[in-house]
Amino acid sequence: MSDTPAIDPEQIKVILATDCGSTTTKAILIQYVDGAYRQTHRGEAPTTVEKPFADVTMGVVNSVTEIGELAGRRLVGDDGRIISPATETEGCDIYISTSSAGGGLQMMVAGVIAEMTAASAKRAALGAGSIVMDVIAANDGRRPHDQIQRIRDLRPDMILISGGTDGGTTDKVVQIAELVAPAKPQPRFGSDYSMPIIYAGNQDARDAVSNVFDEGGFDLQIVDNLRPVLERENLGPARDKIHDIFLEHVMAQAPGYDKLMGWTGAPIMPTPGAVGDILQTVARLQGINVVGVDIGGATTDVFSVFDETFNRTVSANLGMSYSISNVCAEATMPNVLRWVPFDMDERELRNHVKNKMIRPTTIPQTREALMFEQAVAREALRLAYKQHKEFATTLKGVQQQRTVGDTFSQETGGMTIVNNMKLDLLVASGGVLSHAPRMHQTAMMLIDAFEPEGVTMLAKDSIFMMPHLGVLASVLPKAAEQVFDRDCLVYLGTCVCAAGTPKPGKTCFKYELSGSVNESGEIAGGELKLIDMGMDDRATIALTPARGIDLGAGPGKKVEQEVRGGTVGLILDGRGRSLSLPEDRATCQKTVQGWLDSLDVYAQEKEAVAV
Amino acid sequence: MMAKAYTPGLLVTRHKTHRVMRRLPISGDVKVSLGDVVTADNIVAETALPGDVNPVNLSNQMSLPPKDVVDCMLKKEGDPITKDEPLAQTKGLFGMFKTTVNSRYAGTVETVSPVTGQVIIRGAPLPVQVRAYMGGTVVSVREGEGCEIEAEVAYVQGIFGVGGETNGHIMMACEAHDQEVTAGLITDDMRGAVVIGGARMTAESIEKARNVGAAGIISGGIDDQDLKNILGYDLGVAITGREELGITVIVTEGFGEIGMAERTFEMLQNHVGDQASVNGATQIRAGVMRPEIIIPLASAPADQADQDFEEGQLEIGRTLRVIRDPWFGMIGEVSGLPAEPAVLGSGSKARVLEVKFPSGETAIVPRANVELIEE
Repeated sequence: MSDTPAIDPEQIKVILATDCGSTTTKAILIQYVDGAYRQTHRGEAPTTVEKPFADVTMGVVNSVTEIGELAGRRLVGDDGRIISPATETEGCDIYISTSSAGGGLQMMVAGVIAEMTAASAKRAALGAGSIVMDVIAANDGRRPHDQIQRIRDLRPDMILISGGTDGGTTDKVVQIAELVAPAKPQPRFGSDYSMPIIYAGNQDARDAVSNVFDEGGFDLQIVDNLRPVLERENLGPARDKIHDIFLEHVMAQAPGYDKLMGWTGAPIMPTPGAVGDILQTVARLQGINVVGVDIGGATTDVFSVFDETFNRTVSANLGMSYSISNVCAEATMPNVLRWVPFDMDERELRNHVKNKMIRPTTIPQTREALMFEQAVAREALRLAYKQHKEFATTLKGVQQQRTVGDTFSQETGGMTIVNNMKLDLLVASGGVLSHAPRMHQTAMMLIDAFEPEGVTMLAKDSIFMMPHLGVLASVLPKAAEQVFDRDCLVYLGTCVCAAGTPKPGKTCFKYELSGSVNESGEIAGGELKLIDMGMDDRATIALTPARGIDLGAGPGKKVEQEVRGGTVGLILDGRGRSLSLPEDRATCQKTVQGWLDSLDVYAQEKEAVAV
Repeated sequence: MMAKAYTPGLLVTRHKTHRVMRRLPISGDVKVSLGDVVTADNIVAETALPGDVNPVNLSNQMSLPPKDVVDCMLKKEGDPITKDEPLAQTKGLFGMFKTTVNSRYAGTVETVSPVTGQVIIRGAPLPVQVRAYMGGTVVSVREGEGCEIEAEVAYVQGIFGVGGETNGHIMMACEAHDQEVTAGLITDDMRGAVVIGGARMTAESIEKARNVGAAGIISGGIDDQDLKNILGYDLGVAITGREELGITVIVTEGFGEIGMAERTFEMLQNHVGDQASVNGATQIRAGVMRPEIIIPLASAPADQADQDFEEGQLEIGRTLRVIRDPWFGMIGEVSGLPAEPAVLGSGSKARVLEVKFPSGETAIVPRANVELIEE
């Protein structure tokens, strides 16, 4: 990693952090108040990477100035730089930043076998916060000249090549390198800059790969094999190298970043990489399994940490504005419309969707338009999570010992490690989830799309602070965790969801709450119920599932667990898993309306605009 | 300050000085000089792209270890080769039973790998010609790269298009801005023309325009279902311009039953018979690119643009278009700019404005859902 000035964590009391996004630069101030780190102020300003400004630090200074005014603390000096270290009234002890300006980090990865080394390379690139433009593999089904044409058409920021276990195949790896070299891929920024290539494959092939890229136009960097043996991934060195190149080459090409890098007390990280880091930190410190989602206009990122294994996926064309039309095409309109409890004209709807795509900044004005957008969001999230589950697997290609019992359930290896029953916390961020008029809508979208099972906490990122906290975690994990828990997350509440196929109308599970709330009752198959539990409410819930129904301890087994409330409350879900909706349109509408009513999802607003 | 806000808009103007950059994908020859007057069809720069790369795995084909391939090559690196010409030959046994591999590609032998036994044959260079696209004067030349062309033009930015750069003379298909474009309005004499419609254009009208050989067709709206039928697939992401439809299609307002803005229609009507350069390329991502209609003018008009508004500023009296239902496509004037956010029917809180439609009816609309019409 890059050199970072030594910082004494004990001395850090005032932290300034920015996230330079494609359109907005968001700054937050974190201060040590009454024995704990708290996020105290925030500011934002347009990002200034594009002309006519072409200097990212201007947007940073503007957003920081806004915070300074709000906090009554001078943060920017007369020389236009951030004041550090802090005194009683001015400056900060450390300034840190993330960046996704200019479209973030875009990579191409290559490996020998799509499901093995290429998949590991993709995991390394995604984990580092990159967008993976394409994965080239010897067995990807494309002919070599089509692969070369594809490499020529792409303009990645860097290329990661893997392939072969140490001591394994060399010629297949070199063959991949021989596809990349003659294609002479051009980097996105700057014609005078050599395309960085990271080689993280079989160490025996290093010399041969170096020879292939000898000709010039490439900046080859060699790191340890990311799949040294089939049974183990070693993604760390490749990820670190990606971060280094991101800073040294990619960021350095973006206007003003050389200046910004001189200001920060820790290396600038790609925004999604930082989000992944904070989720990993929290999962580790609290010993929980976490899934995070960030749904944007163009893409949806899903992060998961299960049993300390981190995975991230980016669904490049699943989003709520630029990509909304693609969501409808991929999910199909009937699947979107099953979440809408009234009739909509499909032809008109298709036009609405396209109009949102070509004018991505518009917002729904009517309740019907909002409900339709939230229906699309459910499908975008469902598809993104499905892709995530397919990607976040145990390593493929590993021989597994089998027992006689396995004979009847043979898997080829690579089972998903995402287990909704073991999921403890589901965190939402991104416009459609965090700006929903009612948090009940956010909770409902999360439950319908992710289908959590057993007992799961739901939360949203209040002001998209996770990137900032991700970089902070690399310097001061304790501060990052404190702010994450106290200020970053808004807890929506807890959901208790039955897995299995409950009989409609018959008892699905019984519950008994004791603590801040004392209540007991039963949930029927197909029923949803909301119990009022506020932010500070805690209770123990004793659950008795019906036969065949699983709430975490196995089918029919009792569960007792602590639950917390939130802005929505405690949601009891007896609809079963996987969630199925009636085929018949009229019955489906009635069922969905019933669910929405039971959670009070679209409560009538009293102050609707009179027109 | 209170009554101003920035909102994006599409440019529609009777006159502006417009420049287009014409650039080669890789270095080559620029065919024009500073001050040259060009027409849209003139070639201003050309080059040759490196040919296609074709890998041939000789090691497999000759059943030889990769390192032995080099000695069997009949052609060395840099040698030209034609299709079916012998590329390599095994030594055989006592000079007999030789296996010869003929090249399946024409081109030049670029590399021979002793590690993989793979030979790369580079195909013939692909010529690339860059046309002027817009008639005008060459105002700058970048040696080996391209040139910039400038002209006084009338200019219309569309909202969405498919198909790339083309040009032709303007012909009207509709008599009013809100008239639907049907196949019956497309006539055989529209060959080579840029056809101007009014409201929604039907799939049949576009099909007919393509069949008569029109260069482009422009109208207010299109149904998404019709677009799907024309393209043959459902467009997922708005990155277009490379479709090979044989016609460029531009929508000025949006999807659905929507008429072209009246002033856009009138402006295009005033240029019947004039040459227009049109490009359907649309990219709605960071660095937005919208389709365009450029009409070079013989000379700059004497009366300059009749606006005294600051560009992009939302002010009382400005003309705007609502770009989201329930008033999608309606044009009106800003009649109020309340400073406080209001709660919408959806339940969201947002900054709004009051718009007055020509009928006299007023409506409250989120500021995010309007677009200024620049004149």
